[in-house]
Amino acid sequence: MTTIINVPPSLDDQSFEQIFAQVALLPPEEKILLDARRTRWASPFGFTALLSLAQTRLERPGLTVPEAEDTASYWSKASFFTYADSLYDISGRVPRRSKSENSVLLEVTPINGTEDVHTVVDNIQHRAQAILHEKLNLEASVTMRFTMVLSEICQNVIEHAGYGGWVSVHAYKFQQRLGRWVVVIAVCDAGMGFRKSLEQSQGARASDVWDDGKALEETVIKGATRFRDPGRGQGLAGVRKFTGKWDGMMSVRSGTARIAIVPEWGQGVPLGEGLPFFPGAQVQITIPERIGLP
Amino acid sequence: MISHIDVSTVLRRSVCDLYSNLVTRPTGAAVRIGIEHHLDEIGDKALAVLDFSHVGLLDFSCADEIVAKLLLQYVSLDLPRREVYFVFYGMSESHMDAIEAVLERHDLALVTQLEGGVVQLVGNVDGDQRRAWDTIGRLGIAHASDVADATGMPHELAARMLETLWQRRLVIRQESGYIAIRSGYAGRVPPAAMFNATAAGTPGRGMEVS
Repeated sequence: MTTIINVPPSLDDQSFEQIFAQVALLPPEEKILLDARRTRWASPFGFTALLSLAQTRLERPGLTVPEAEDTASYWSKASFFTYADSLYDISGRVPRRSKSENSVLLEVTPINGTEDVHTVVDNIQHRAQAILHEKLNLEASVTMRFTMVLSEICQNVIEHAGYGGWVSVHAYKFQQRLGRWVVVIAVCDAGMGFRKSLEQSQGARASDVWDDGKALEETVIKGATRFRDPGRGQGLAGVRKFTGKWDGMMSVRSGTARIAIVPEWGQGVPLGEGLPFFPGAQVQITIPERIGLP
Repeated sequence: MISHIDVSTVLRRSVCDLYSNLVTRPTGAAVRIGIEHHLDEIGDKALAVLDFSHVGLLDFSCADEIVAKLLLQYVSLDLPRREVYFVFYGMSESHMDAIEAVLERHDLALVTQLEGGVVQLVGNVDGDQRRAWDTIGRLGIAHASDVADATGMPHELAARMLETLWQRRLVIRQESGYIAIRSGYAGRVPPAAMFNATAAGTPGRGMEVS
């Protein structure tokens, strides 16, 4: 039996919760088919989370391609199908991948090792500089700091997931919520997640307050890691600092919880718990176009 | 002895010919080991100029592996590896973001020199240490009494501050006095010439380490 999972028309970190909710009810061996025929748009989070989702299934899942040609074409340009092809049984017409759009700063890219982080950093610098400066009104020097943030989040996958992950970066106009351009980094994996990662060094905690939410607070806010090295934990701290300085939003979902740094323009709560379970960690950073001085 | 180490060259030799960015911990560890091998060959007392001019990006993890872990070996109060002083040369603003974060985390400080020649003390340094360091920088070479006279600090405090700065490898200690650390890269005096020039050093320019 195959269970149909409906993909929302607009697929981002918020609407992806609908998919998590549907999948969390199913055993991993159950065959699923993600029906994206009516999907018109997907964010970097949507792309990377779809790929991570396929990696959690024991039975190779199916995926139907969006019917709207421009949508399917955009997914191709974002390199989504390049990797989805090896994880999903794809039905529907997949457009040939043509030259990438300017808004795609970084196509979907696998993160499996250190060399992948170097590739990501090398690939994004030139394109990021133009977009950050022209669309987001950020100084050229911000590009380096932005790339540092990207590097640290990617390394988080290698060091803590115990499993490969995916990264993608796009810029687009965030019309509904903000009316401004934003650049969005999404990094998703289906690995062990923050709670299990911390338990590797500190052991499982019997306390009833030890859960995914607490693990996220420890790591994202307090900089805890499973390593004894006192130099560890600076990466996410640096990401938080950069995000705050540029009025950005950062959210990290792991297991059944999501922690977020929410600016005035953002939506969401600082800590959401009791979410449908999904393994690994899913990180999103959103930096908005600057209006006036930071 | 003074040794110039181009960090981007170490990166390419130690990790990959094609890389120009210092990102990830394994990359940082490999570069640090490459620098350590170089330092092992330059004697027990030396000034190493770590040149970041050709490094693109330096992330927090790499800064921790290269800068913090390197300094920690040479500023240990118990058993420093050898008497090696460092000047971090050619740092960009974004390099400094990463470096300042790791210095704060480990309670370290270092001397940077910009391409224009300006020397700065960066990291965790208290007010008296900074005053003493600034004074040595102006005088070039000085004893505690000189620093006390110039700043109005009690002699005992000035002596303690200079000793602390030396232990942190932020000034050089010689029989002739405490000496400011400079690379000599100000477009005025080539470092090798400067370090071979005089035993006493030239105020504001740098010093031989003998």
